[in-house]
Amino acid sequence: MKSFTVERGLVAPMDRANVDTDLIIPKQFLKSIKRSGFGPNLFDELRYLDEGQPGEDCSRRPLNPDFPLNQARYRGASILLARENFGCGSSREHAPWALEDYGFRCVIAPSFADIFYNNCFKNGILPIVLEAGVVDALFRQLYASEGYELTVDLQGQQVTTPAGEVHRFEVDEFRRHCLLNGLDDIGLTLQDAAAIQAYEQGLRQRSPWLFDVIK
Amino acid sequence: MAGQTLYDKLWSNHVVVQRDDGSALIYIDRHLIHEVTSPQAFEGLRLAGRPLWRRDANLAVPDHNVPTERVERSGGVAAIADPVSRLQVQTLDDNCRDFDIVEFEINDTRQGIVHVVGPEQGATLPGMTVVCGDSHTSTHGALGALAHGIGTSEVEHVLATQCLIQQKMKNMLVRIDGALQNGVTAKDVVLAVIGKIGTAGGSGYAIEFGGEVVRAMSMEGRMTMCNMSIEAGARMGMVAVDDTTLAYVKGRTYAPGGALWDQAEAAWRDLHSDPDAHFDRVVELRGEDIMPQVTWGTSPEMVLPVDGHLPDPAQIDNPTRRKAVERALEYMGLEAGMPITAIRPDRVFIGSCTNSRIEDLRSAAAVVKGRRVAASVKQALVVPGSGEVKKQAEAEGLDKIFLAAGMEWREPGCSMCLAMNADKLGAGEHCASTSNRNFEGRQGFGGRTHLVSPAMAAAAAIAGHFVDVRDW
Ligand code: SF4
Repeated sequence: MKSFTVERGLVAPMDRANVDTDLIIPKQFLKSIKRSGFGPNLFDELRYLDEGQPGEDCSRRPLNPDFPLNQARYRGASILLARENFGCGSSREHAPWALEDYGFRCVIAPSFADIFYNNCFKNGILPIVLEAGVVDALFRQLYASEGYELTVDLQGQQVTTPAGEVHRFEVDEFRRHCLLNGLDDIGLTLQDAAAIQAYEQGLRQRSPWLFDVIK
Repeated sequence: MAGQTLYDKLWSNHVVVQRDDGSALIYIDRHLIHEVTSPQAFEGLRLAGRPLWRRDANLAVPDHNVPTERVERSGGVAAIADPVSRLQVQTLDDNCRDFDIVEFEINDTRQGIVHVVGPEQGATLPGMTVVCGDSHTSTHGALGALAHGIGTSEVEHVLATQCLIQQKMKNMLVRIDGALQNGVTAKDVVLAVIGKIGTAGGSGYAIEFGGEVVRAMSMEGRMTMCNMSIEAGARMGMVAVDDTTLAYVKGRTYAPGGALWDQAEAAWRDLHSDPDAHFDRVVELRGEDIMPQVTWGTSPEMVLPVDGHLPDPAQIDNPTRRKAVERALEYMGLEAGMPITAIRPDRVFIGSCTNSRIEDLRSAAAVVKGRRVAASVKQALVVPGSGEVKKQAEAEGLDKIFLAAGMEWREPGCSMCLAMNADKLGAGEHCASTSNRNFEGRQGFGGRTHLVSPAMAAAAAIAGHFVDVRDW
């Protein structure tokens, strides 16, 4: 998993409440055998004017010009500004996979659905809860200035606006530690790599028939 | 201090790190891979830029999606008609090539259902920890191994670290003493166990099967029992190592030979529960009491002896249980109180990781030899568990017996066990099946599954309804 320390990036708006995971990535794309490649289908129903099918070349599909992600000023955004209860609905991990694949590293909203919130941390995405009033102010600033960027500092647990306003956020200490160091379950286990190697060496002595047989 | 159970020994032999919260990092000796649950795990490795921890611990084989018809099969991966299935199988090939993992590809003779292939090749051995992204990994416990299914994120975890973070289970002993009647098999025993303890009876436990009946059982039979531990709610089932185990393992492709064999045998001889070991729960059955079993409902615990009659909801006091029986009868299209033997299967399926080994095919062939499938049976499929089983069966002429009886002889794979390929039931059709799950729609939308032993399935195919194979 990618570590998250400081992210300074362009912000894009997702200006509606209760964005569910089906809206983030529609169900027809779950047949995929992949965990990557969902980026082109992120917000598929809002982003395109036709109905998307798995495996289709999205570059040939008609874009919805009103959808922010299709507008030049938001191209390359890495921070998504959203409303209440973002990520509600199913538990599909495809939702954070799609956000991550598109290039988002951070989602800021007044609240998140629980499972989605958890899934974000497993996939290197930082979900940040800020007060509704603060989020509202950020939306206004975002719409008012093209090229609007925020700086998100996980170590210092703060979001800084271009004008220098600082908004503090809370995050669970364990998750913060994992994300700062890019540790998922696997990352954590790999912290014990030396112990695994030592065990393996002992095993080679005790049970040599377990090694180098299937090759 | 009390002695250790087999499970205790296998567990403690594999602890890499014991954590304060009670969990432990457990080393995995063998990881089996198939096409359905692995793609995202490989993808995860790629995205994180992580290497495979230990390539020679892995073995892959496609099984769930492979077609079993000779014509479709002979064209290899490219000829798989369903594009989604084709892509999954192709993806497994690609991943194994990229990560340099040994794979038995679709038309390799060693290909087959992953749980048939592992023991058959000696890829799963006594004393190992064995995992696979499939719940029936419990099968491999028959060799005296600690074996259980895992999810896709754990598949990735094993690929990357050769370990899993686990909590220790409680110990359950299922002891079957005495002797089985003629015509009663391991499948009947495990169905009877599930009938007795229920589909949640084993949850939280590692089951060890023991007693005189199990000691007398072949390895194929022990695999059938351990395979269905998961239907009893236990993630793993196991059997102590004895001469039968050692005789089965010796000489297999990936099993140790020469001096290594002696060293291995010495270590494996200790793989049994100590006489004073403590079990948290003991379940006892008498072999003589077990009759051929047939499931009538939509859960493996809805099982009866072949001379039984279907339950009558009106006579069930517990409302939850009454509802479940009512719903099952309705889904199955069966009448309360009717005899099991009045159920007429439309199709017969002999196969799956539960019952597709050579002994299973021999026992089915013995029943159908010189007879014809009843006219009312639309299809009787025999699907060997692996290319090796198929070759052996053909060498013994079993294929000829099945074909002469009007049955179909197919290429190895999971087939109608889960109906992911073209082999499935039509809505409303009853199936006498040697597989392991009779859930609604498991073998095809609206399909009605009756779980039985291979001999019972074969006899039903001939008679056109369930019969007591002991009278055969
Ligand atoms: S045969 Fe059936 S139960 Fe066994 S692995 Fe295949 S699909 Fe699963």
